[in-house]
Amino acid sequence: MMFFRNITIGQYIYRDSIIHKLDPRVKIITVILIITTIFLVNSWTGFFIIGFYLFINISLAKVHPKFVLKGIKPLLFIISFTLLIHFFTTPGDIIYRIWILNITREGIHRGLFISVRLFYLILSTSWLTLTTSPIALTDGIEKLLSFLKIIRVPAHEIAMMMTIALRFIPTLMEETEKIIKAQIARGADFESGNLVKRIQNFLPIIIPLFINAFHRADDLAIAMEARCYRGGEGRTHYRQLSINSIDHVFIIITLFILIVSYLWVV
Amino acid sequence: MIEFKNVTHFYNTEQNEKIASLSGINLKIHKGDFVAIIGANGSGKSTLVKHINGLLLPSKGEVLVENLNTRDMEEVWNIRKQVGMVFQNPDNQLIATTVEDDIAFGLENIGIKAKEMGERVDWALNIVGLNGLRNSEPHLLSGGQKQRVVIAGALAMNTSYLILDEPTSMLDPKGRKNILEIVKDLNKKESITIVYITQFMSEAAQFDKIFVLDKGRIVLEDSPKKVFDKAEQLLGLSLEVPQITRLARELVKSGLDIPGNILNEDEMVKYLCLYI
Repeated sequence: MMFFRNITIGQYIYRDSIIHKLDPRVKIITVILIITTIFLVNSWTGFFIIGFYLFINISLAKVHPKFVLKGIKPLLFIISFTLLIHFFTTPGDIIYRIWILNITREGIHRGLFISVRLFYLILSTSWLTLTTSPIALTDGIEKLLSFLKIIRVPAHEIAMMMTIALRFIPTLMEETEKIIKAQIARGADFESGNLVKRIQNFLPIIIPLFINAFHRADDLAIAMEARCYRGGEGRTHYRQLSINSIDHVFIIITLFILIVSYLWVV
Repeated sequence: MIEFKNVTHFYNTEQNEKIASLSGINLKIHKGDFVAIIGANGSGKSTLVKHINGLLLPSKGEVLVENLNTRDMEEVWNIRKQVGMVFQNPDNQLIATTVEDDIAFGLENIGIKAKEMGERVDWALNIVGLNGLRNSEPHLLSGGQKQRVVIAGALAMNTSYLILDEPTSMLDPKGRKNILEIVKDLNKKESITIVYITQFMSEAAQFDKIFVLDKGRIVLEDSPKKVFDKAEQLLGLSLEVPQITRLARELVKSGLDIPGNILNEDEMVKYLCLYI
């Protein structure tokens, strides 16, 4: 039994594109701006402009749309569910009646708005994770959070935790697989019984996994100390982030488009 | 120079008993030395080397590295810059998500400028022969390759001492041989001092000097030839001699006139040829 074949971390896909070359900070800020605008915009024209803008961004990234759409699949259910809930629960002009359920004009309007928002939310975040490597993302987050150090936000520590998590996800997955095999070899059964039984069956996997993870953490801490690690102070960075003219142009265009989409009400 | 002055280390058991894992260790390791440490499980090998860069502090006595005391909270960082460490489990020492980022980890910690970091990372990658894998993710490497990344990470810091704590015990024979070759090269070409803990006597036989540890004490300190000449004493410490030495001793017993402390195949061939 193979549980975790071909583990890839994140969804990053390498392409030689303008979007990939943008500074991660610029991309993170762009996504934050897009998400904010999505929830402020209140007109179909606005949504259309943002949609068009996202479409351009994704095409510029040279990533096949199927990767972007893959991110939407698991959330399709939630989107349709919210759509229906809004259809039936919003009070207003009744335009159709099924049994005791009323569909209202306002309901359709709000339902569609919310679904489009969710749809764009996923599009923009996938755009970010598809075009930014986890390392760049971590560096970007560390830099962006660093100004929050004044109010004691541990920017470096958060970034270090993310790095270590990324590093150890595949290792721990391999280990889980080994433990599962070892337990199966001893006669453990993970495939039958009801839900409660099945969850109980996973205890013999979780416990050794945790114990090993703590051992690893111990070893890693010693190795880090041996390599002069003593927190973020005075640390330099191997990867240098630099914002150049393309980044400037990109963020200006983005701001312009988003403001237009917000203000444009036909 | 690394100097242990009458070092004793106690640890507390769960029953709150004080147990000495090192007692009264005196040793000197000079710059450029190529030494191995052997000893049975629990003889204090790992505890000993963890004292060198202040990961553990002596309960009694002093440890000096280049005349810096490991007890000095500020100097300990200067000591760690000079003393690189490689541990047993290659999986638990790599911090970053790619090979080059990991090698740069130590350099980032000591505040090296980005440009110089790039040069040092290139240099270290070259020495361990991992140039083609600089962008690989650690979990896709073999155990031997991972250990080479760890070694490169230490080298990039410009260490003058490299301590390896059973670096090959989790590797396959090929990876084991490769690591030992790299370590030898580092000693000869880069004149880096090597302290190498091992369970494999055939590895220990290739060093200039061996320290034998038993119950927290140094019981033997000599060249491999002289150490493995004392096979009976080693056996008493649950240690063996290399296979080839064992063969030589058997041959001596059966009446052949060859030395009983032969350490490698070449030497064996040389003596056996005398009989043809």
